[in-house]
Amino acid sequence: MTPKPLKNTSDTLDFAWYLDKAVEKLVFLGGISGIIFIVGIFIFVFKEGLGFIIANMDIAEFFGNPAWRPTSDEPTYGALALIAGTASVTGLAVLTAVPFSIGSAIYISEFSTGRTQEFLKILIELLAAIPSVVWGFIGLSIMNPLIIDLFNVPIGLNVLNAGVILGLMAAPIMTTIAEDALKAVPDQYREAAEALGATKWQVTFNVVLPAAKKGLMSAVLLGVGRGFGETMAVLMASGHSIHLPTSPFDSVRALTATIAAELGETAIGSEHYRALFTLGILLFIVTFFINLTADIIVRGKGDR
Amino acid sequence: MKDIAVQTKNFNLWYGDFQALFDINLSIKQGLITSMIGPSGCGKSTLLRSMNRIIDRLDYVRTTGEIHILQHDIFDPKVELVQLRKQVGMVFQRPNPLPLSIRENILFGHRIHAGGKKSTKNEEDEIVEKSLKTVLLWEKTKDRLGNSATNLSLEEQQKLCIARLLPLKPTVLLMDEPCSALDPKGTEAVEELIWTLRGEYTIIMVTHNMAQARRASDECIFMLMGELMEHSPTTDMFVTPKHEKTAAYIEGRYG
Repeated sequence: MTPKPLKNTSDTLDFAWYLDKAVEKLVFLGGISGIIFIVGIFIFVFKEGLGFIIANMDIAEFFGNPAWRPTSDEPTYGALALIAGTASVTGLAVLTAVPFSIGSAIYISEFSTGRTQEFLKILIELLAAIPSVVWGFIGLSIMNPLIIDLFNVPIGLNVLNAGVILGLMAAPIMTTIAEDALKAVPDQYREAAEALGATKWQVTFNVVLPAAKKGLMSAVLLGVGRGFGETMAVLMASGHSIHLPTSPFDSVRALTATIAAELGETAIGSEHYRALFTLGILLFIVTFFINLTADIIVRGKGDR
Repeated sequence: MKDIAVQTKNFNLWYGDFQALFDINLSIKQGLITSMIGPSGCGKSTLLRSMNRIIDRLDYVRTTGEIHILQHDIFDPKVELVQLRKQVGMVFQRPNPLPLSIRENILFGHRIHAGGKKSTKNEEDEIVEKSLKTVLLWEKTKDRLGNSATNLSLEEQQKLCIARLLPLKPTVLLMDEPCSALDPKGTEAVEELIWTLRGEYTIIMVTHNMAQARRASDECIFMLMGELMEHSPTTDMFVTPKHEKTAAYIEGRYG
């Protein structure tokens, strides 16, 4: 006798069966739509920017020339100053955010208990939800005069301002991810170390942090990715002037801010328009690689 | 008459409002292996975990009474937890080597208690070798001391967990069902190891396994519902239990 396939032979085709199938299709659609959107955005950005890359772009000028003069009679498209602007602001943001977020993640996960812990977690999540324009506003109206007063410089909208604002913005996300990484360290490690006589700090420093190393690294990277792509706060706090920064008190302009500020004033399909999309491609590629690296690090967690 | 290593005096313990231990009075002799048996939830693990105050990790635990280890009450506020845990080592139910190398696992406790004093590499090598030899793990691991301890088999992990206590020169070893995660072969190996440590260390071992208590301990404590029912030499308890409940449990009528 040939064996019969088991497939759906005894199912009754009632309402529950149809509902099950319908939900299955719906969930599949939801799952696949994310991929479709990502690919769609990818194709759109590349389509708009690729024309510039092929026809007009001079790679040496793009990466080597600080002059971004798209509207001059002889336009130059040098993105070096913009790249330097984004890099300096993001770099300072990471320096600001890492100590804050790793520190608070350690406190929340390892030292605080009960209601303090709950309260802090909610507070951090609340911080992460503050709109970036509000952060930009703080940069403009609080940080700006503060920096002028404190350091006796002519302008407070600069790398320092944008970096600190961006750091404070990225810190809550870093904290949340870092705290998850610490929480994922099995409690038996802490118990084992404590039973050997380790103090709380020794347990944290010698056991928990090394065990959570990879998760912490990906937390930092995701924070970097967040800072890299941030637009509004940077636009408002950085001074928005094209400039190769030599000190934290120089005003700079970021890649993202350039796109946001100029795209509305260009003719669709013009060289300038396409050049902005090329900046978009650059941003896309960099954030993609940052996130990918973070993902690979997390995935590598199991096999030490 | 042997010296007393661990003595409890009217020891009570509550988890929140739930009383888990009632007026425990016992004296455990130095250098012997004492096993603690009893049905699940009888408080034997709780009592064991009180003896190095690892139970303090739960902030809703309250105690009254005293536990004396080598003539000191460990609940005295003057007692330093770090010193107590150096004196009283603990082996857990699931082998829990730290996520470090084999070598680092052995040296972890040693370094913590060195108080900032650095040992030379030679001294450290010696400690590692001696500890691993004691637990019969040296031959197997001497060429891969830098490997992660979490890749060892469960039996080897548990032996490592015993080995890492030894550099601290503890006087008491607490073992919370040390073989329950192991297969029969591993159980036999670890039991044999525990037996070789007898004499030098006072060993208190919680076990669910009646046969293990019988073959691998000198004295036996039977607990029920948070109370100490019987404490007598193992041979006596298994042949002529004093208490009816003990007899019933040993024969497997409940548990």
